[in-house]
Amino acid sequence: MSDVLAVDVWRGAENGQFQAFTLPRRQHQTVLDVVTEIQREHDSTLSYRFACRVGMCGSCAMVVNGRPRWTCRTRVNEVVSGDERLRLEPLRNFTVVKDLAVEMTQFFDKWKAAHGFFEPGTAPEQDFAVVPPQTKERQAADAGIECIGCGVCYSACDVVAWDRDYLGPAALNRAWTLVNDVRDRGQAERLKAVSHDNGCQACHTHMNCTNFCPKAIAPTYAIAGLKRVLFRRALRSA
Amino acid sequence: MLFVAQRTTAFILAVAVAAHLATILFAVRGGLTAAQILARTHGNVAFALFYAIFVLAVAVHAPIGLRNIVREWTAWRGRSLDFALILFSGLLLVLGLRAVVAVCS
Repeated sequence: MSDVLAVDVWRGAENGQFQAFTLPRRQHQTVLDVVTEIQREHDSTLSYRFACRVGMCGSCAMVVNGRPRWTCRTRVNEVVSGDERLRLEPLRNFTVVKDLAVEMTQFFDKWKAAHGFFEPGTAPEQDFAVVPPQTKERQAADAGIECIGCGVCYSACDVVAWDRDYLGPAALNRAWTLVNDVRDRGQAERLKAVSHDNGCQACHTHMNCTNFCPKAIAPTYAIAGLKRVLFRRALRSA
Repeated sequence: MLFVAQRTTAFILAVAVAAHLATILFAVRGGLTAAQILARTHGNVAFALFYAIFVLAVAVHAPIGLRNIVREWTAWRGRSLDFALILFSGLLLVLGLRAVVAVCS
């Protein structure tokens, strides 16, 4: 292991450039440690986002050597070997605010557009709903429920890169968990909200979202589930 | 609805293309001339029906796929795109059915 680490960090917004830094290489340093050290010791104007530092909030996601990752859960040793350089960029497919910080508004607006929220109906149940853990619906919802909205899947998605209006893997995954929520009373609107040119049918099943999700969620399967349900509904109504 | 139409026709085409290729290979292997092939296809209702379904499936499947590609790779959207692809579908249908009629009638 080299004693020094060469880092290229994106500076500016959409039109910017990489700035090179050299830092001491440490045994177990994470990529987030590197960014923090640059900001505290080298250039206090560097903008980036983080909160928990332990993989709970998802706010420190960036593109590290070409791949979207949580920087707090990525050790430098995992992505750089020998004298290789570390290259840090803001998440792809988001509008860059400055340096490594991106604008998340459109990402979360799409969750709303996909009806990614619980719909209790006009007359909510008066008693507790009993949802046995072993039921098919509960297990399908469980598979995607741990998403914390970090944006890694959205950054990895080629379809979002081609079509900025595509709802994206996170929003569609959220919609699928709710399609499988037996208490929800807004299924017709939700299925309509995810079935259009920019909805689930636009997915190419590249599986980048599933490959890069730090929570090991498989949005590809959630999207396939939505396609399946919509296909059956269309056949039934025809 | 477009998604359902495309997936359904994809299923038809998977079978139809395989049968089409197998027929070509079979005809070529036996050393049949064009005249001999046409002698067999003329008046063959099953042959005409098979290729009519093939052409119909293509006329539905191809424009939908092309529409997706155009939407992903260009900024062309909206009714003008849909109209252009309906025309393209019509063109495929006319050319295809014309060929079926020529070979089978």
